[in-house]
Order: sequence, then structure tokens, then C-alpha cells
Amino acid sequence: MAIAVTPLPTHRSTGAALLALAIGLFLAAFLVVPVATVVYVAFTEKGGGGFTLVNFLDFARTDLFVRSFWNSIYVSAMTVLWSSAFALPLAYLTTRFEFRGAGLVQTLGFLPLIMPPFVGAVAMQLLFGRNGTVNLLLDEYLGFKIGFMEGLNGVIFLQAIHYFPFILVNLSAALRNIDRSMEEAAQNLGSHGLRLFRRIAFPLALPGYVAGASLVFVKVFDDVASPLLLNVKEMLAPQAYLRITSIGIDDPMGYVIAVVLIAIAVVTMWGSAQVLKGKDYATTQRGGGGLARRPLTGRQSVLAYALVLLILALVLAPHVGLLLLSFATVWSFSPLPDGFTLAHYARVLGDSSVYITNTLLYSSLAAAIDVALGGAIAYLVLRTRLPGRSMLDWGAGAALAVPGVVLGIGYLRAFYGVKLPDGTPLAALWIMIVLAIAIRRLPYALRAAYAALQQISVSLEEAAENLGATRSRTVRRIVIPLMTGGLLAGFVTSFATAAVELSAVLMLVQNNSDAPLSYGLYVLMQTPAGRGAGAALGVIAVIIVAVCMGLSQLAAGRSQRARGLDL
Amino acid sequence: MSAVAIDIKGVNLSYGPTHVLKDIDLSIRPGELFAFLGPSGCGKTTLLRLIAGFAQAQTGQVLLDGRDVAALPPWKRDVGMVFQSYALWPHMTVAQNVAFGLEERRKPRAEVAAKVAQALELVGLSAYAQRRPAQLSGGQQQRVALARTIAIEPKVLLLDEPLSNLDAKMRVSVRRDLRELQQRLGLTTIFVTHDQEEANTICDRIAVMETGVIRQVGTPMELYERPANLFVASFLGSANILDGGAGVVVPPGQRLVFRPQHASLSPVAGAAMSGPVTHREFLGATVRYGVRIGDREILVDAPFQSGAELRTIGEMVGVALPTERMLYLPA
Repeated sequence: MAIAVTPLPTHRSTGAALLALAIGLFLAAFLVVPVATVVYVAFTEKGGGGFTLVNFLDFARTDLFVRSFWNSIYVSAMTVLWSSAFALPLAYLTTRFEFRGAGLVQTLGFLPLIMPPFVGAVAMQLLFGRNGTVNLLLDEYLGFKIGFMEGLNGVIFLQAIHYFPFILVNLSAALRNIDRSMEEAAQNLGSHGLRLFRRIAFPLALPGYVAGASLVFVKVFDDVASPLLLNVKEMLAPQAYLRITSIGIDDPMGYVIAVVLIAIAVVTMWGSAQVLKGKDYATTQRGGGGLARRPLTGRQSVLAYALVLLILALVLAPHVGLLLLSFATVWSFSPLPDGFTLAHYARVLGDSSVYITNTLLYSSLAAAIDVALGGAIAYLVLRTRLPGRSMLDWGAGAALAVPGVVLGIGYLRAFYGVKLPDGTPLAALWIMIVLAIAIRRLPYALRAAYAALQQISVSLEEAAENLGATRSRTVRRIVIPLMTGGLLAGFVTSFATAAVELSAVLMLVQNNSDAPLSYGLYVLMQTPAGRGAGAALGVIAVIIVAVCMGLSQLAAGRSQRARGLDL
Repeated sequence: MSAVAIDIKGVNLSYGPTHVLKDIDLSIRPGELFAFLGPSGCGKTTLLRLIAGFAQAQTGQVLLDGRDVAALPPWKRDVGMVFQSYALWPHMTVAQNVAFGLEERRKPRAEVAAKVAQALELVGLSAYAQRRPAQLSGGQQQRVALARTIAIEPKVLLLDEPLSNLDAKMRVSVRRDLRELQQRLGLTTIFVTHDQEEANTICDRIAVMETGVIRQVGTPMELYERPANLFVASFLGSANILDGGAGVVVPPGQRLVFRPQHASLSPVAGAAMSGPVTHREFLGATVRYGVRIGDREILVDAPFQSGAELRTIGEMVGVALPTERMLYLPA
């Protein structure tokens, strides 16, 4: 990255221009072309030909797809609803009352990063399914069962307990940013309790809530693996995957579904931006910090702790279930496993260890690519006046709107025809998996890089230039050393989340020897015999991610510049 | 609506180890415009927040109309407060802001509309009812905050540094409007400020506060003419404060206090105090001289007449002071 870059005059900007061009080409090849291919195929007649809407008509005429579409909308909306039901009281409790459990509640925010929903899906089935632990106990002692995991409800339940922290974190931050006098004025005029929350606090915190809720909606809508592991096939993202894998990459339906997935993601993000337009209240009036926290009465305390413990139990359930499953000999039709064994770990650390080594390799490469790209884009955007630099920023950010399964389909289609000299299609190479993961994680690494660079005053660079350092030497000796902490945190976060990336990977793995851990877990979890080993892989993944998150916090804390990494 | 008295008895308030209010006793008369005046950190805003219910005292009582309100939460006190930041809700229009308190009191819709219109009329903002707060100027926002508060017809009105977010010119006209409105409504009103001019110009009485203690209570004139202690003497206007050794006799443990305009320059011969002029400031109607007496410097104001010759720096002058203007205060 030691490239000459010109902050003000235009002389010697060739280095920056070349760098920008290289990044632009990379994004074009591995993000724009695959996605454009998907869109192109969706609007083209099967087997070549001109522009057509026939594929979309077919989609609308096929009951299965229409049903899947509405199911996906329903599941995503219900997940937002249930996530809100978990997150609202917790956010209110921890930001407005003196509550010792507040720290605990806030750490919940990291859980969805540590373990995506598909990892714990099977374990949740064993805990909450029709013949799972909870229902067996309910049946034995109370004589009834609850259909937590029946059909779409299972997906909603699983997704809600994984994703509500996204709403919790954003809403809590927004609530904390409200000037205390806003709520005091309402109290002074006779308002309190829930009415005060509904009329003043919540509307003022709405931007935070909408940001979290739209993120949850899109994540659930795009999730392929969790519904499939719960044996729910009639949802849109799983249909895209099934269509391509069962009928082949020439069938246009998979592409149509992919376009619908993109459209939903874009509309959701656009819609939330519309809702938020002109409503960034939190920073309009500052002075005095948040509302003084009120003490809880004895009865309120009991209620608050009961609520927090209940939600905590739900959140930890998939982790506990996964751990039990990974040590279980046989576990079915009983509240707890029949016996315990280390055999599953022996298996995944023995013959199946290729999954783990693949994951470590892919994730490190992807994270390295992300940090290099993110750092370079951040530098070009914040420190140069290169024309078109905001396109890079926009391009990298646009990756957020591309569902993993769509990116995977795009890679397959765009690169399958491209053959190496020995005849292997490009799309079959493991490096494609790495690139897909890197593109998926790029927006997060970019934010880390922005945060790191924004902390560095331009005058530090000017001072170096004033003392005779060329721009490239300034970047090497001043900028990069100062950004190290932030970039390191970005690297570790990208690495950790890349390790549990599945939806794009699912499309791209051609044979088991190239598969990363998340894919291995998905395959193993399909059969009762593989579950134990799958769970062991899951536990290993959770440990890898948790350790990385801890390291990232450490790196960020040490350099005090990890703002922007909170997703 | 008849005005209400506010009585504060034996109030002590601490935040952890910080003793913010110390033994506060105060009686505010019905219909009075009363100021809490003091430098920042003196506890004046805390005392105001205590009356509104946003702070809890460890000891003492706050009586509104003779009734102890300590146990009442803020939303049951009927005490209208205008916040320093105005705290207008950005997601509501001006009319919605003003209607809020009435709606919370479950008033019928027609009554709410009528009272909102009336309150906006009172502050001269009827034409702005449908605007958002962000579309108004600072002065207009302040009037919305005021309208929102008086719409609920509170028992008393609390103003927390209401002029601090306005520019200097606005302040003079707004404070006059405030006084006029307060007189018209006959509301017992407390006005928190760190600016003595604001307090002096519009308030009936002032409590001067320092480090959580009320130093003196009185009308602006009383405080200026007869300060009870050195803090009040020096906080309100300029004051010369001398101990013995400057050519004057000051009893031990006391200080001689006088205002610059009460002293005059005189010939050196026969003057009790004399010394060289150290500096000179032209203030318009007067010229303020600094004169070194012993190791002290005192300020003397001389009326300015055009054409008259000014004293020069270093010139030896005497300082004359009528006995009736000499005030001895405990050190």
C-alpha cells in the first residue's frame, strides 16, 4: 500500500489513480460482474435470446414460489416483531434504570456475531422441537406441548433469538443519545412510564430502532441454511439454492429468485433510509447526557431480573444445545443425551480436520484482502481528491445489499464458463470461495478502516511532509503505523465472521476437500449420524470466533479506535 | 388562578460525597419573580430541579402552597419548567409540543385546541403552529417552550437560564417580555441565572448563592446597597475591598467595602488615602481609574466631562470617600 497519494494538488496523483483503478477492477470483476450476470440471466430468455419478462411471469405463476415469497416476508416480519419484543424492554431497562444486569445485557450484542443461527438450528430442534427437551418436560409435568419449532414458527423462533441483539444494540445507543431534558420536559408536563416511552423516548430513538429492524429483516430474508436445517424448504432464499443445485445453472428461476432477493434487500434499506430522512434527532440537541437512571423498586427488580434471565436462557439455549450435542452418544426422544463421548471431536479433529484448516486458510486470506482493500479505499476517499473515489466507497458498501446466495449464484454463472488451460472451470477453484467471502465482509472492514483513519489528524501527515518525507514514505511511516490498531481489529472481526459465512459458500463448494467448516457443519447436520460431529465443528467454530472477538476487542481497546465495529 | 407561595425548609442535598445544597431555607412570595443568582456550580440549577422533582434532597421540605411535595414525582407536581436547552421535541410540530401536557392531563380535544391557540397567541406565535421546532429561530423556540409550559396552567413557573441561548440583543427584549408575561399571568416564577444584570433588571427579589449556600436574599437594591458579606458585595457590581494597611483603619476581622463610583479623586494633600494612578479605562459616562494605595489597588470612577483633562498614569492622586458610603463587612 506504499503508494504515492496526493491530498491537494493534482501533480503526482498517478499512483493514487492506479491504486483506485486496481480496486475498481477488482470490485467490478468479483462484485459487479457476478451480480450483473444474475440480473441479466433473469431478464433473458432461456437458452439465450433477447430481453424478456417471461421468467418473472413464470415466477408469479408458480404456486411454490409465490408461497415461498410470502413465507419469507412473513418469517422476516415476525422475526422483527419478536426481536422487538425481546429488545425493547431490555433496551429501556438498561438505559433508563439502575440495573446491575445492564453489562450482561449489553454483551448479548456480540452473540449473533459469534454464532449465526444455522449453527444452532439442529440443537434448537432437539431442545424445543416436538420431542425436544422442553416439550418432553412440559408434557410429563403439565400435560401439553408448545409448537416452538413447528414449520415457519421454528425459523422465526430461531432467528429472533439470534438476531434481536441487532435491534437491542442500535436502540440502546439511540436511547442513550437522547438529551435528558427531552424526557424531563415530558415528565414536567405530566407524562411518565409507558406513555412517556411511547410518545417521547421511542420516537426520538426511532432511527436506531429502524436501523436494527431493517438489518434483521434483510438477514432473515436472505438466510438459506437455517430454514433448510429446520427442514423448511418453502422460503425464497432456500428455493434459490435448491433450484440451482437440483436443476442446474441454466434454469432461469434461480436467477429470478436472486433478483427478488436483491430487490427486497434494496427496498428494505431504501425504505429505512426514507423513514429516517430528517429524523436524526439524537444529535440535534446535546448537553447534559442521558436521563438520570431511576432506581427500581423491589417488585420491579424481581420482574426485571426474571425477564433478563428468561431472555438470557433463550439466547444461550442454542449454545448449550450445541455443546450437549457435540458430546452426546445418542440424543433423541429424551430430555438429555443418553451418554457422553469425545468421539465426535476425535472425528472432526482427525479425518474431518480439513474443514478446520480450510476455514483458517480461507478466513485469513479473505480478511487480509478486506483489510488491504478497506484501508486503501478509506485512504483514497478521506485523503485524496481523486475523481470517482466515492464510487469505490459506494461499490464496496453495495456489497451489503447482495445476499450471499446471490453472490454465489453469480460466481457460478459468471466464472463457470471461464476455463483454466487444464479445463477446470474458474468457478470450481477454492480461491473463488475466498473471494466471495472477502466481498461479503468488505463493508465491515471498510468501516473499521474509516474509523481508524478518521482518528488520525491530517496535520500529523502534513508535519511529516513538512519535514521532508515524500507522500509514499508518509503513508508508510506515519499513516499505516497509526492505523495498525484499527486495521488489526478490522482483520480479526472479518476473520471471525468469515469463519461462519455459509450462504455464498454453499453455492461454491465443489468437493468436500475444498469445503470450510461452515459447509462441513451444514452437510454433517443433515443426517442423524453426522449431527454429533457437526455440533463438534460448531463448538470449534464458536470458540474460534469468540477468541477472535476477544482479541479484536483487545486490539481495539488498546488503540482506542474501534468505533464502527459494533455490528 | 391565585398565585402560590414556595417554601423551602432545611434542605440538604448531596450527590455521593459532594454536598450540593447546604441548609437551604427560603420563602418565595405568591406572584413574585424570584431569581437564583450565582456562579456556575453554586447549586442554583439543582435547587430548581429539586422544586421540579428531578432531584431528591436528603433532608428538608419543599412546600408549594403550604403542601409538602417531596413525595410527588415530577409528573404530579404541576410545576412548569422551561429548560435551558428548551427541550422541544423535534418529532412534533409547535402545536403538538404545546398540546402535549394538556393531552397527558386527558383534557377533551376541543379544550386542548383552544388552550394551545391561546398559549401560542400569548407568546405571539399563532402563525407558527404547524412548523417544526428546527424551523424556528432561537428566540421563537424559547417562546414555544414557554407556551408549552404555561399551557398547562402550572402552579409555579421555573425558568432555567432562559436567556443563555440567545444573542446579547435578543436578551434585553426577551427579558422584558418575560417580565411582562409573568406580571400578566401573576405566576410565582423562579428565574435561574448567572448574570446579575438579568436578575437585577426584572426580578423582584434575588437569592445570591455560592457553593450550595444562600449568601443573601433581598431586592436588587438591597443587595447592591447593603451586601451582607464580601461575596455578595463583589458578585454584584464592582467593589473595593480593603483590609488595614492601606492608610485606612479597618477593625480586625473586618474589611472595608465601597463601590468605585462612591469614591472620588481629590488632591493628595489632606487625603486619607493616596497613591499613583496605575491604569485608566474610558467607560463612556465615567472614567475608571486604578490607584495604588500601599500594596493594594483600588478602583475609582470619575464622571467624564468632555474637554476635561484626564489623569495620567503615574500621577499622584488622593482618594476621598464619604463616611456614609463606608461599609464594614466580616472577612
